[in-house]
Amino acid sequence: MREKKHQPLLTLAFTLLSLVWVFPIFAVVMNSFKKKVYINRYPFTWPTGKSFVGWDNYVEGLRKTHFFNAFGYSVFITVVSVAVILICTSMTAWYITRVKGAVSKIVYTLCLFAMVVPFQMVMYPLSKLADFLKLSNPLGIVVVYLGFGAGLAIFMFCGFVRNVPMEVEEAAMIDGCNPLQTFFKVVIPILKPSMVTVAILDIMWIWNDYLLPVLVLDQKKYQTVPIVIQYLKGGYGSIDWGAMMAMLTLTIIPVVAFYLAGQKYIIRGVAAGAVKG
Amino acid sequence: MQKSIRRYWPVFLLPTVLAFLIGFVIPFISGIALSFSEFTTITDASFVGLKNYLRLAGDSSFIHSLWFTALFTVVNVILINVFAYAVALLLTKGFRGTNIFRTVFFMPNLIGGIVLGYIWQLILNGILANFSRTLTYTAWYGFWGLTVLMCWQQIGYMMIIYIAGLQAIPTDLYEAAYMDGASASQVLFRITLPMSMPAITICTFLTLTNSFKLFDQNLALTAGQPSDMSELLALNIYNTFYGRTGWEGVGQAKAVIFFILVGALSVLQNVLTRRKEVQQ
Repeated sequence: MREKKHQPLLTLAFTLLSLVWVFPIFAVVMNSFKKKVYINRYPFTWPTGKSFVGWDNYVEGLRKTHFFNAFGYSVFITVVSVAVILICTSMTAWYITRVKGAVSKIVYTLCLFAMVVPFQMVMYPLSKLADFLKLSNPLGIVVVYLGFGAGLAIFMFCGFVRNVPMEVEEAAMIDGCNPLQTFFKVVIPILKPSMVTVAILDIMWIWNDYLLPVLVLDQKKYQTVPIVIQYLKGGYGSIDWGAMMAMLTLTIIPVVAFYLAGQKYIIRGVAAGAVKG
Repeated sequence: MQKSIRRYWPVFLLPTVLAFLIGFVIPFISGIALSFSEFTTITDASFVGLKNYLRLAGDSSFIHSLWFTALFTVVNVILINVFAYAVALLLTKGFRGTNIFRTVFFMPNLIGGIVLGYIWQLILNGILANFSRTLTYTAWYGFWGLTVLMCWQQIGYMMIIYIAGLQAIPTDLYEAAYMDGASASQVLFRITLPMSMPAITICTFLTLTNSFKLFDQNLALTAGQPSDMSELLALNIYNTFYGRTGWEGVGQAKAVIFFILVGALSVLQNVLTRRKEVQQ
């Protein structure tokens, strides 16, 4: 590491820029305590006196939506999908890298292909197929996420698996491990840092995804957080800005907390993920 | 070893392949087929040849969104990458607080597109209110609004990749250059930029596809207002599917065109920038 130099001008300029950067988030939190009519007209004033409404917007927002249910579904879908993606695609990537043959080649090529296909291309038939197969619930959507996310995840894991020394695996096999034991006891521990990378990219994708769950999930029973936020915009484009600010705050705070807790891994994961892309 | 692994294919291969068939392969193939059909549900599809593609060519909203998206993509790829690279260059100089600044700039990436759209609707409409305008006054307000939003979200992400790229450049190259009396701008254009080509390839690819495929932010910030003029391609396709009955086939045909454009852009961009990469 190079030594930290003292450059007060740069530090000052970046401090100002950072304040500008966090301002939008700060503004949302601040406005969530203001009366509806003041939010739109005076979004940059502090909530005081008659514009201050305490927790009213939160009460109203929670009355209008099932925010905490949606939060629960979002957590469930993200955690289960990411876990399933990590295990299934790393196994597949190991298989197609180690076993040479036509099947492996076809799977790998299809994964590369799937990576450039935009969601709009498959959204209509996919939503109908998911409905037909009874996948329109929080557990069923995991299958859809595994299927649509497999391309990128397998591609990345293949890159990582190529760096796993084969001698270690062979030694394990000679010692009597079957392929499953070899994979879970030898390969997975070596792949751990790559797993973090794939996990972070997929968490960011699935947690924030709007279109796929809105089309796949049965909207009467299951909503995720982005769906609830979009739902707050009424049918004719009118928005209750008080409820909106409160629900946005409830959405952002846990994300920021998660980020601050794991930022070292998240930033490292993003950098590592890009090198292979 | 291959032989014994192969016997385990039902465990290693089957679950992913089945999900891949459901989540990608079957919808993709039926998507292609449906683009040549007229339908309101999948079961009543009837073959109509190229009719959908002909209707699409005459749909002015689609042509408009195509150009709107192209311009949006060009502007965003340039702005995001120039700013992200500049910030990365400064933050690798190692002054006080660089880690905190890095953390702050990356943060908006964790926040989803729908949420971002409403955050910026608040901020930008609040500013525009001083001039008695809103984001949906004309399509250009939406265009620049979306650009500001995208810069706020993506600069941090690209900055992280650029920083990793810059830190991977061997320091002896710089020492040799300074020894030979190279100026700061010579070092930037002859060493730093060429040596960061792999990172530039990745970042231009990511910003290109992110901007071209943008949907959530567009939906939440302007929803295409005024009268669909600020509609990007992805939103135009969505509205064709779910907003115009009798147009489902055309929507699917638009999606095929969209896929071909995204595919062609990805391949082209990779060929062009990879050629500029230097061997390390």
